[in-house]
Amino acid sequence: MSPRIDRPRRLLPLVPLLGAGILVVFLTLPLVALVLSSGWRETVAGLRHPLAVSALWLSFITTGSSLLLVVVLGTPLAWFLARHPGRFTDALATLLQLPIVVPPAVSGLALLLAFGRRGLLGPWLEGFGVSLPFTTAAVVLAEVFVSAPFYVQAAASAFRRLDPALLLVARSLGAGPTRSFFRVALPLSAPGLAAGAAMGWSRALGEFGATLMFAGNLAGRTQTLPLAIYTAMETDLRPAKAMSVLLLVVALGLLLAVGQSTRGLVARGDAERAA
Amino acid sequence: MLSARLEARRGRFQLSLSLEVPVGPTAIIGPNGAGKTTALLAILGALPDVEGNLTVDGTPLLDSARRLEVPVEDRRIAYVPQDYGLFPHLSVLDNVAFGLHHLAPDDRGERVAGALDRLGVRHLQERLPGSLSGGERQRVALARALAMRPRAVLLDEPLAALDKPTRLRVRDFLAQHLRSLAVPALVVTHDASDVIALGGPLVVLESGQVAQTGPLGAVHEAPATEFGQAFWR
Repeated sequence: MSPRIDRPRRLLPLVPLLGAGILVVFLTLPLVALVLSSGWRETVAGLRHPLAVSALWLSFITTGSSLLLVVVLGTPLAWFLARHPGRFTDALATLLQLPIVVPPAVSGLALLLAFGRRGLLGPWLEGFGVSLPFTTAAVVLAEVFVSAPFYVQAAASAFRRLDPALLLVARSLGAGPTRSFFRVALPLSAPGLAAGAAMGWSRALGEFGATLMFAGNLAGRTQTLPLAIYTAMETDLRPAKAMSVLLLVVALGLLLAVGQSTRGLVARGDAERAA
Repeated sequence: MLSARLEARRGRFQLSLSLEVPVGPTAIIGPNGAGKTTALLAILGALPDVEGNLTVDGTPLLDSARRLEVPVEDRRIAYVPQDYGLFPHLSVLDNVAFGLHHLAPDDRGERVAGALDRLGVRHLQERLPGSLSGGERQRVALARALAMRPRAVLLDEPLAALDKPTRLRVRDFLAQHLRSLAVPALVVTHDASDVIALGGPLVVLESGQVAQTGPLGAVHEAPATEFGQAFWR
Protein backbone atom coordinates (compact mmCIF):
# COMPACT_ATOMS: atom_id res chain seq x y z
CA MET A 1 0.00 0.00 0.00
CA SER A 2 2.86 2.33 0.67
CA PRO A 3 3.84 3.03 -2.98
CA ARG A 4 0.57 4.90 -3.44
CA ILE A 5 1.61 7.34 -0.76
CA ASP A 6 5.16 7.50 -2.03
CA ARG A 7 4.43 8.36 -5.64
CA PRO A 8 2.93 11.86 -5.20
CA ARG A 9 5.66 12.62 -2.71
CA ARG A 10 8.32 11.90 -5.27
CA LEU A 11 6.49 13.69 -8.05
CA LEU A 12 5.63 16.80 -6.15
CA PRO A 13 9.13 18.40 -5.95
CA LEU A 14 9.51 17.93 -9.70
CA VAL A 15 6.95 20.64 -10.52
CA PRO A 16 8.59 23.55 -8.68
CA LEU A 17 11.97 22.21 -9.75
CA LEU A 18 10.92 22.41 -13.39
CA GLY A 19 9.62 25.94 -12.86
CA ALA A 20 12.85 26.96 -11.17
CA GLY A 21 14.87 25.42 -14.00
CA ILE A 22 12.92 27.34 -16.64
CA LEU A 23 13.55 30.62 -14.83
CA VAL A 24 17.25 29.92 -14.38
CA VAL A 25 17.60 29.22 -18.11
CA PHE A 26 15.55 32.29 -18.99
CA LEU A 27 17.67 34.56 -16.79
CA THR A 28 21.04 33.29 -17.93
CA LEU A 29 20.43 32.53 -21.62
CA PRO A 30 20.44 36.18 -22.83
CA LEU A 31 23.68 36.83 -20.97
CA VAL A 32 25.24 33.68 -22.40
CA ALA A 33 24.07 34.74 -25.88
CA LEU A 34 25.70 38.14 -25.37
CA VAL A 35 29.00 36.64 -24.33
CA LEU A 36 28.96 34.02 -27.12
CA SER A 37 28.08 36.60 -29.77
CA SER A 38 31.40 38.38 -29.64
CA GLY A 39 34.85 36.91 -29.23
CA TRP A 40 37.64 38.42 -27.21
CA ARG A 41 39.24 40.12 -30.20
CA GLU A 42 35.95 41.49 -31.47
CA THR A 43 35.13 42.89 -28.03
CA VAL A 44 38.47 44.68 -27.81
CA ALA A 45 38.00 46.07 -31.32
CA GLY A 46 34.45 47.15 -30.48
CA LEU A 47 35.68 49.04 -27.44
CA ARG A 48 38.16 50.93 -29.64
CA HIS A 49 35.27 52.30 -31.71
CA PRO A 50 35.12 56.12 -31.28
CA LEU A 51 31.56 55.89 -29.97
CA ALA A 52 32.66 53.44 -27.28
CA VAL A 53 35.83 55.30 -26.33
CA SER A 54 34.06 58.57 -25.61
CA ALA A 55 31.13 56.85 -23.86
CA LEU A 56 33.50 54.83 -21.71
CA TRP A 57 35.35 57.93 -20.63
CA LEU A 58 32.14 59.89 -20.03
CA SER A 59 30.60 57.07 -17.98
CA PHE A 60 33.79 56.82 -15.94
CA ILE A 61 33.82 60.57 -15.20
CA THR A 62 30.10 60.99 -14.52
CA THR A 63 29.61 57.89 -12.38
CA GLY A 64 32.78 58.74 -10.46
CA SER A 65 31.45 62.24 -9.76
CA SER A 66 27.97 61.03 -8.90
CA LEU A 67 29.37 58.37 -6.58
CA LEU A 68 31.49 60.97 -4.82
CA LEU A 69 28.47 63.26 -4.39
CA VAL A 70 26.28 60.41 -3.21
CA VAL A 71 28.81 59.25 -0.60
CA VAL A 72 29.71 62.73 0.66
CA LEU A 73 26.10 63.89 0.94
CA GLY A 74 24.46 60.54 1.58
CA THR A 75 26.60 59.41 4.52
CA PRO A 76 25.54 62.22 6.88
CA LEU A 77 21.94 61.78 5.74
CA ALA A 78 22.06 58.03 6.43
CA TRP A 79 23.62 58.72 9.83
CA PHE A 80 20.83 61.15 10.66
CA LEU A 81 18.15 58.66 9.58
CA ALA A 82 19.72 55.87 11.62
CA ARG A 83 20.31 57.92 14.75
CA HIS A 84 16.92 59.62 14.95
CA PRO A 85 14.28 56.93 14.61
CA GLY A 86 10.75 58.28 14.66
CA ARG A 87 7.74 59.03 12.53
CA PHE A 88 9.36 61.95 10.76
CA THR A 89 12.52 60.10 9.78
CA ASP A 90 10.50 57.01 8.77
CA ALA A 91 8.42 59.18 6.45
CA LEU A 92 11.55 60.87 5.13
CA ALA A 93 13.27 57.52 4.55
CA THR A 94 10.26 56.26 2.60
CA LEU A 95 10.13 59.43 0.52
CA LEU A 96 13.84 59.10 -0.27
CA GLN A 97 13.25 55.57 -1.58
CA LEU A 98 10.88 56.85 -4.25
CA PRO A 99 13.48 57.18 -7.03
CA ILE A 100 14.05 53.41 -6.76
CA VAL A 101 10.48 52.59 -7.72
CA VAL A 102 9.64 55.55 -9.96
CA PRO A 103 10.14 54.71 -13.66
CA PRO A 104 13.37 56.34 -14.94
CA ALA A 105 11.48 58.26 -17.63
CA VAL A 106 9.36 59.84 -14.89
CA SER A 107 12.53 60.73 -12.98
CA GLY A 108 13.93 62.37 -16.11
CA LEU A 109 10.80 64.43 -16.65
CA ALA A 110 10.71 65.40 -12.95
CA LEU A 111 14.35 66.52 -13.13
CA LEU A 112 13.54 68.64 -16.18
CA LEU A 113 10.58 70.22 -14.40
CA ALA A 114 12.79 71.03 -11.41
CA PHE A 115 16.06 72.10 -13.01
CA GLY A 116 15.08 72.69 -16.65
CA ARG A 117 15.21 76.17 -18.13
CA ARG A 118 11.52 76.65 -17.46
CA GLY A 119 11.52 74.43 -14.40
CA LEU A 120 11.11 75.36 -10.74
CA LEU A 121 14.73 76.40 -10.21
CA GLY A 122 15.53 77.06 -13.88
CA PRO A 123 15.11 80.86 -13.92
CA TRP A 124 16.99 81.18 -10.62
CA LEU A 125 19.87 79.05 -11.96
CA GLU A 126 19.86 81.09 -15.17
CA GLY A 127 20.45 84.17 -13.03
CA PHE A 128 23.84 82.65 -12.20
CA GLY A 129 24.41 81.80 -15.85
CA VAL A 130 23.81 78.11 -15.19
CA SER A 131 21.78 76.01 -17.58
CA LEU A 132 21.75 72.36 -16.63
CA PRO A 133 19.76 70.38 -19.20
CA PHE A 134 21.74 68.64 -21.93
CA THR A 135 25.06 69.07 -20.14
CA THR A 136 27.44 66.60 -18.55
CA ALA A 137 26.40 68.02 -15.17
CA ALA A 138 22.83 66.94 -15.96
CA VAL A 139 24.08 63.39 -16.50
CA VAL A 140 25.70 63.49 -13.07
CA LEU A 141 22.52 64.83 -11.48
CA ALA A 142 20.40 62.12 -13.12
CA GLU A 143 22.84 59.49 -11.84
CA VAL A 144 22.78 60.94 -8.34
CA PHE A 145 18.99 60.99 -8.41
CA VAL A 146 18.64 57.32 -9.25
CA SER A 147 21.58 55.94 -7.27
CA ALA A 148 21.57 57.90 -4.01
CA PRO A 149 18.57 56.01 -2.56
CA PHE A 150 20.44 52.71 -2.85
CA TYR A 151 23.44 54.06 -0.98
CA VAL A 152 21.46 55.92 1.66
CA GLN A 153 19.32 52.87 2.38
CA ALA A 154 22.33 50.55 2.70
CA ALA A 155 24.33 53.06 4.77
CA ALA A 156 21.43 53.77 7.12
CA SER A 157 20.85 50.08 7.73
CA ALA A 158 24.58 49.57 8.35
CA PHE A 159 24.51 52.41 10.89
CA ARG A 160 21.39 50.96 12.54
CA ARG A 161 23.21 47.67 13.08
CA LEU A 162 25.87 49.41 15.18
CA ASP A 163 25.84 48.57 18.87
CA PRO A 164 24.79 51.85 20.54
CA ALA A 165 26.79 50.88 23.63
CA LEU A 166 29.99 51.16 21.57
CA LEU A 167 29.22 54.75 20.61
CA LEU A 168 28.42 55.56 24.20
CA VAL A 169 31.67 54.00 25.39
CA ALA A 170 33.56 56.03 22.79
CA ARG A 171 32.00 59.22 24.10
CA SER A 172 32.62 58.27 27.73
CA LEU A 173 36.28 57.87 26.74
CA GLY A 174 36.36 61.52 25.75
CA ALA A 175 35.61 61.22 22.05
CA GLY A 176 33.19 63.88 20.83
CA PRO A 177 30.54 63.04 18.23
CA THR A 178 32.96 63.60 15.32
CA ARG A 179 35.72 61.38 16.68
CA SER A 180 33.22 58.71 17.73
CA PHE A 181 31.85 58.72 14.19
CA PHE A 182 35.17 58.51 12.36
CA ARG A 183 36.96 56.14 14.75
CA VAL A 184 34.10 53.80 15.67
CA ALA A 185 30.91 54.14 13.62
CA LEU A 186 32.51 54.54 10.20
CA PRO A 187 35.06 51.70 10.34
CA LEU A 188 32.50 49.30 11.83
CA SER A 189 29.95 50.17 9.13
CA ALA A 190 32.46 50.26 6.27
CA PRO A 191 31.46 46.91 4.69
CA GLY A 192 27.81 47.99 4.58
CA LEU A 193 28.73 51.40 3.18
CA ALA A 194 30.95 49.82 0.52
CA ALA A 195 28.18 47.44 -0.51
CA GLY A 196 25.77 50.39 -0.74
CA ALA A 197 28.27 52.41 -2.78
CA ALA A 198 28.75 49.48 -5.16
CA MET A 199 25.00 49.06 -5.63
CA GLY A 200 24.58 52.79 -6.15
CA TRP A 201 27.46 52.96 -8.59
CA SER A 202 26.14 50.07 -10.68
CA ARG A 203 22.73 51.73 -10.80
CA ALA A 204 24.37 54.98 -11.97
CA LEU A 205 26.43 53.12 -14.54
CA GLY A 206 23.28 51.59 -16.02
CA GLU A 207 21.28 54.83 -15.93
CA PHE A 208 19.45 55.33 -19.22
CA GLY A 209 15.92 56.76 -19.08
CA ALA A 210 16.41 59.74 -16.80
CA THR A 211 19.67 60.67 -18.55
CA LEU A 212 18.02 60.54 -21.97
CA MET A 213 15.14 62.76 -20.84
CA PHE A 214 17.13 65.26 -18.78
CA ALA A 215 20.54 65.30 -20.46
CA GLY A 216 19.84 64.05 -23.94
CA ASN A 217 22.05 61.83 -26.08
CA LEU A 218 24.95 64.01 -27.20
CA ALA A 219 28.16 62.15 -28.09
CA GLY A 220 31.05 63.20 -25.86
CA ARG A 221 28.83 65.28 -23.57
CA THR A 222 25.91 63.25 -22.33
CA GLN A 223 26.20 59.96 -24.18
CA THR A 224 27.14 57.46 -21.48
CA LEU A 225 27.64 53.73 -22.12
CA PRO A 226 23.96 52.70 -22.03
CA LEU A 227 23.04 55.54 -24.39
CA ALA A 228 25.96 54.69 -26.67
CA ILE A 229 24.81 51.06 -26.79
CA TYR A 230 21.35 52.23 -27.78
CA THR A 231 22.81 54.54 -30.44
CA ALA A 232 25.24 51.96 -31.82
CA MET A 233 22.40 49.44 -32.22
CA GLU A 234 21.09 51.54 -35.11
CA THR A 235 24.33 51.55 -37.07
CA ASP A 236 26.96 49.05 -35.98
CA LEU A 237 26.18 46.19 -33.59
CA ARG A 238 29.84 45.41 -32.79
CA PRO A 239 30.59 48.31 -30.43
CA ALA A 240 27.14 47.81 -28.86
CA LYS A 241 28.00 44.19 -28.11
CA ALA A 242 31.47 45.08 -26.87
CA MET A 243 30.17 47.76 -24.48
CA SER A 244 27.45 45.40 -23.27
CA VAL A 245 29.97 42.66 -22.53
CA LEU A 246 32.08 45.19 -20.65
CA LEU A 247 29.13 46.33 -18.54
CA LEU A 248 28.24 42.70 -17.88
CA VAL A 249 31.75 41.91 -16.68
CA VAL A 250 31.81 45.01 -14.46
CA ALA A 251 28.41 44.09 -13.01
CA LEU A 252 29.55 40.55 -12.29
CA GLY A 253 32.69 41.83 -10.59
CA LEU A 254 30.61 44.19 -8.46
CA LEU A 255 28.23 41.44 -7.44
CA LEU A 256 31.11 39.22 -6.39
CA ALA A 257 32.74 42.07 -4.46
CA VAL A 258 29.51 42.98 -2.69
CA GLY A 259 28.86 39.33 -1.88
CA GLN A 260 32.36 39.07 -0.45
CA SER A 261 32.01 42.15 1.71
CA THR A 262 28.55 41.22 3.06
CA ARG A 263 29.74 37.67 3.75
CA GLY A 264 32.62 39.18 5.72
CA LEU A 265 30.11 41.34 7.56
CA VAL A 266 27.90 38.38 8.43
CA ALA A 267 30.87 36.26 9.47
CA ARG A 268 32.14 39.01 11.75
CA GLY A 269 28.70 39.49 13.26
CA ASP A 270 28.47 35.75 13.95
CA ALA A 271 31.90 35.71 15.54
CA GLU A 272 30.93 38.62 17.80
CA ARG A 273 27.72 36.96 18.86
CA ALA A 274 29.45 33.63 19.47
CA ALA A 275 32.18 35.20 21.59
CA MET B 1 32.51 60.89 46.57
CA LEU B 2 29.89 60.94 43.84
CA SER B 3 26.64 62.55 44.80
CA ALA B 4 23.65 62.47 42.53
CA ARG B 5 20.14 63.82 42.77
CA LEU B 6 18.66 63.12 39.37
CA GLU B 7 15.24 63.08 37.79
CA ALA B 8 14.67 61.60 34.36
CA ARG B 9 11.71 60.37 32.39
CA ARG B 10 11.72 57.71 29.73
CA GLY B 11 8.22 57.09 28.43
CA ARG B 12 6.20 56.00 31.46
CA PHE B 13 9.26 55.26 33.54
CA GLN B 14 10.30 57.85 36.07
CA LEU B 15 13.77 57.79 37.59
CA SER B 16 14.22 59.70 40.86
CA LEU B 17 17.72 58.95 41.97
CA SER B 18 19.27 60.19 45.17
CA LEU B 19 22.67 58.71 45.86
CA GLU B 20 25.92 59.25 47.71
CA VAL B 21 28.63 56.92 46.40
CA PRO B 22 31.91 56.78 48.37
CA VAL B 23 35.27 55.82 46.91
CA GLY B 24 35.48 52.09 46.11
CA PRO B 25 32.87 49.68 44.78
CA THR B 26 29.19 50.18 45.53
CA ALA B 27 26.72 47.58 44.28
CA ILE B 28 23.35 48.48 42.76
CA ILE B 29 20.73 45.76 42.94
CA GLY B 30 17.05 45.76 42.11
CA PRO B 31 14.37 43.81 40.26
CA ASN B 32 14.19 43.79 36.47
CA GLY B 33 12.96 47.12 35.18
CA ALA B 34 13.91 48.94 38.38
CA GLY B 35 16.02 51.33 36.32
CA LYS B 36 19.53 50.16 37.21
CA THR B 37 20.97 50.71 33.71
CA THR B 38 18.94 53.91 33.34
CA ALA B 39 20.50 55.19 36.56
CA LEU B 40 24.01 54.54 35.19
CA LEU B 41 23.14 56.26 31.89
CA ALA B 42 21.72 59.27 33.73
CA ILE B 43 24.94 59.65 35.71
CA LEU B 44 27.00 59.15 32.56
CA GLY B 45 25.08 61.94 30.83
CA ALA B 46 23.74 59.70 28.08
CA LEU B 47 20.04 60.39 28.66
CA PRO B 48 18.19 63.40 27.32
CA ASP B 49 16.38 65.74 29.70
CA VAL B 50 17.91 64.77 33.02
CA GLU B 51 17.25 67.31 35.78
CA GLY B 52 18.99 67.72 39.10
CA ASN B 53 22.51 67.76 40.48
CA LEU B 54 25.56 65.63 40.00
CA THR B 55 28.97 66.25 41.50
CA VAL B 56 32.02 64.03 41.62
CA ASP B 57 34.70 65.00 44.12
CA GLY B 58 33.14 68.42 44.33
CA THR B 59 33.25 68.98 40.57
CA PRO B 60 29.75 69.78 39.32
CA LEU B 61 28.82 67.79 36.19
CA LEU B 62 25.14 68.64 36.19
CA ASP B 63 23.33 71.49 37.86
CA SER B 64 19.95 72.17 36.29
CA ALA B 65 19.34 75.26 38.40
CA ARG B 66 22.49 76.82 36.95
CA ARG B 67 21.87 75.28 33.53
CA LEU B 68 25.13 73.43 33.71
CA GLU B 69 25.32 70.13 31.87
CA VAL B 70 28.76 68.69 31.09
CA PRO B 71 28.52 66.45 27.99
CA VAL B 72 29.39 62.72 28.21
CA GLU B 73 32.79 63.17 26.59
CA ASP B 74 33.88 65.77 29.15
CA ARG B 75 32.63 64.04 32.32
CA ARG B 76 35.57 61.64 32.62
CA ILE B 77 33.27 58.94 33.90
CA ALA B 78 34.28 55.49 32.66
CA TYR B 79 31.44 53.30 31.46
CA VAL B 80 31.71 49.54 31.03
CA PRO B 81 28.52 48.12 29.45
CA GLN B 82 27.31 44.55 29.91
CA ASP B 83 29.38 42.99 27.15
CA TYR B 84 32.30 45.33 27.91
CA GLY B 85 31.95 47.46 24.77
CA LEU B 86 35.40 46.76 23.37
CA PHE B 87 35.83 48.16 19.85
CA PRO B 88 35.96 45.00 17.71
CA HIS B 89 38.03 46.61 14.93
CA LEU B 90 40.79 47.88 17.23
CA SER B 91 43.53 45.88 18.91
CA VAL B 92 43.67 45.65 22.68
CA LEU B 93 46.39 48.31 22.62
CA ASP B 94 44.31 50.70 20.50
CA ASN B 95 41.25 50.04 22.64
CA VAL B 96 43.12 51.04 25.77
CA ALA B 97 44.70 54.05 24.04
CA PHE B 98 41.35 55.23 22.62
CA GLY B 99 40.61 57.68 25.40
CA LEU B 100 44.12 59.15 25.43
CA HIS B 101 44.31 60.90 22.06
CA HIS B 102 44.85 64.24 23.77
CA LEU B 103 48.17 63.07 25.28
CA ALA B 104 51.60 63.28 23.66
CA PRO B 105 52.60 59.92 22.13
CA ASP B 106 55.20 59.19 24.84
CA ASP B 107 52.83 59.89 27.71
CA ARG B 108 50.14 57.92 25.94
CA GLY B 109 52.40 54.89 25.50
CA GLU B 110 53.40 55.01 29.13
CA ARG B 111 49.83 55.30 30.35
CA VAL B 112 48.66 52.44 28.13
CA ALA B 113 51.54 50.18 29.17
CA GLY B 114 50.88 50.95 32.81
CA ALA B 115 47.19 50.06 32.52
CA LEU B 116 47.91 46.88 30.56
CA ASP B 117 50.47 45.79 33.13
CA ARG B 118 48.27 46.55 36.06
CA LEU B 119 45.46 44.39 34.69
CA GLY B 120 47.91 41.71 33.49
CA VAL B 121 46.94 41.91 29.82
CA ARG B 122 50.14 43.32 28.28
CA HIS B 123 50.70 40.05 26.40
CA LEU B 124 47.33 40.48 24.64
CA GLN B 125 48.05 43.95 23.28
CA GLU B 126 48.21 42.98 19.61
CA ARG B 127 45.07 40.85 19.74
CA LEU B 128 41.59 41.81 18.56
CA PRO B 129 38.79 41.65 21.15
CA GLY B 130 37.02 38.90 19.17
CA SER B 131 39.82 36.48 19.99
CA LEU B 132 39.75 37.07 23.77
CA SER B 133 38.00 35.05 26.47
CA GLY B 134 35.29 36.68 28.58
CA GLY B 135 37.62 37.18 31.52
CA GLU B 136 40.31 38.71 29.29
CA ARG B 137 37.79 41.07 27.76
CA GLN B 138 36.75 42.27 31.15
CA ARG B 139 40.36 42.95 32.09
CA VAL B 140 40.94 44.90 28.89
CA ALA B 141 37.77 46.92 29.48
CA LEU B 142 38.98 47.71 33.00
CA ALA B 143 42.43 48.64 31.68
CA ARG B 144 40.80 51.00 29.19
CA ALA B 145 38.68 52.57 31.93
CA LEU B 146 41.66 52.88 34.24
CA ALA B 147 43.93 54.40 31.57
CA MET B 148 41.67 57.43 31.21
CA ARG B 149 42.07 58.18 34.97
CA PRO B 150 38.35 58.50 35.48
CA ARG B 151 36.57 60.50 38.16
CA ALA B 152 34.18 57.59 38.62
CA VAL B 153 33.48 54.19 37.09
CA LEU B 154 30.12 52.71 36.09
CA LEU B 155 29.90 48.97 35.41
CA ASP B 156 26.72 47.37 34.11
CA GLU B 157 26.57 43.71 35.15
CA PRO B 158 30.29 43.15 34.62
CA LEU B 159 30.03 39.49 35.60
CA ALA B 160 26.82 38.49 33.86
CA ALA B 161 28.48 37.51 30.57
CA LEU B 162 30.90 35.08 32.21
CA ASP B 163 30.47 31.37 32.88
CA LYS B 164 30.42 30.26 36.50
CA PRO B 165 34.08 29.19 37.00
CA THR B 166 35.40 32.32 35.24
CA ARG B 167 32.97 34.43 37.19
CA LEU B 168 34.27 33.20 40.52
CA ARG B 169 37.86 33.75 39.47
CA VAL B 170 37.27 37.21 38.01
CA ARG B 171 35.06 38.48 40.81
CA ASP B 172 37.71 38.93 43.47
CA PHE B 173 40.07 40.40 40.91
CA LEU B 174 37.40 42.95 39.92
CA ALA B 175 36.61 43.85 43.54
CA GLN B 176 40.28 44.28 44.37
CA HIS B 177 40.88 46.52 41.35
CA LEU B 178 37.84 48.66 41.94
CA ARG B 179 39.09 49.26 45.48
CA SER B 180 42.58 50.14 44.28
CA LEU B 181 41.22 52.62 41.67
CA ALA B 182 40.30 54.92 44.54
CA VAL B 183 37.31 56.48 42.74
CA PRO B 184 33.58 55.90 43.25
CA ALA B 185 32.60 52.76 41.33
CA LEU B 186 28.95 51.80 40.79
CA VAL B 187 28.44 48.15 39.89
CA VAL B 188 25.05 46.86 38.72
CA THR B 189 24.56 43.19 39.59
CA HIS B 190 21.76 40.76 40.32
CA ASP B 191 23.80 38.17 42.15
CA ALA B 192 23.98 38.15 45.96
CA SER B 193 27.39 36.48 46.04
CA ASP B 194 28.76 39.19 43.70
CA VAL B 195 27.53 41.84 46.12
CA ILE B 196 29.26 40.11 49.01
CA ALA B 197 32.49 39.73 47.01
CA LEU B 198 32.45 43.45 46.14
CA GLY B 199 32.11 44.08 49.86
CA GLY B 200 31.19 47.75 49.57
CA PRO B 201 27.98 49.57 50.35
CA LEU B 202 24.76 48.60 48.65
CA VAL B 203 22.00 50.48 46.87
CA VAL B 204 18.61 48.82 46.39
CA LEU B 205 16.78 50.39 43.47
CA GLU B 206 13.06 49.75 42.95
CA SER B 207 10.72 51.41 40.44
CA GLY B 208 13.27 54.07 39.68
CA GLN B 209 13.87 55.05 43.30
CA VAL B 210 16.40 54.17 45.97
CA ALA B 211 14.48 51.83 48.28
CA GLN B 212 17.34 51.23 50.69
CA THR B 213 21.01 52.06 50.92
CA GLY B 214 23.76 51.49 53.42
CA PRO B 215 26.75 49.32 54.29
CA LEU B 216 26.52 45.73 53.06
CA GLY B 217 26.09 44.30 56.60
CA ALA B 218 23.24 46.65 57.53
CA VAL B 219 21.25 46.06 54.34
CA HIS B 220 21.88 42.35 54.59
CA GLU B 221 20.74 42.18 58.23
CA ALA B 222 17.59 44.25 57.79
CA PRO B 223 16.32 44.31 54.23
CA ALA B 224 13.67 47.00 53.94
CA THR B 225 11.67 45.60 51.03
CA GLU B 226 10.28 42.30 49.79
CA PHE B 227 12.80 42.27 46.99
CA GLY B 228 15.57 42.90 49.51
CA GLN B 229 14.46 39.97 51.62
CA ALA B 230 14.19 37.60 48.66
CA PHE B 231 17.57 38.71 47.26
CA TRP B 232 19.67 36.97 49.88
CA ARG B 233 17.84 33.64 49.72
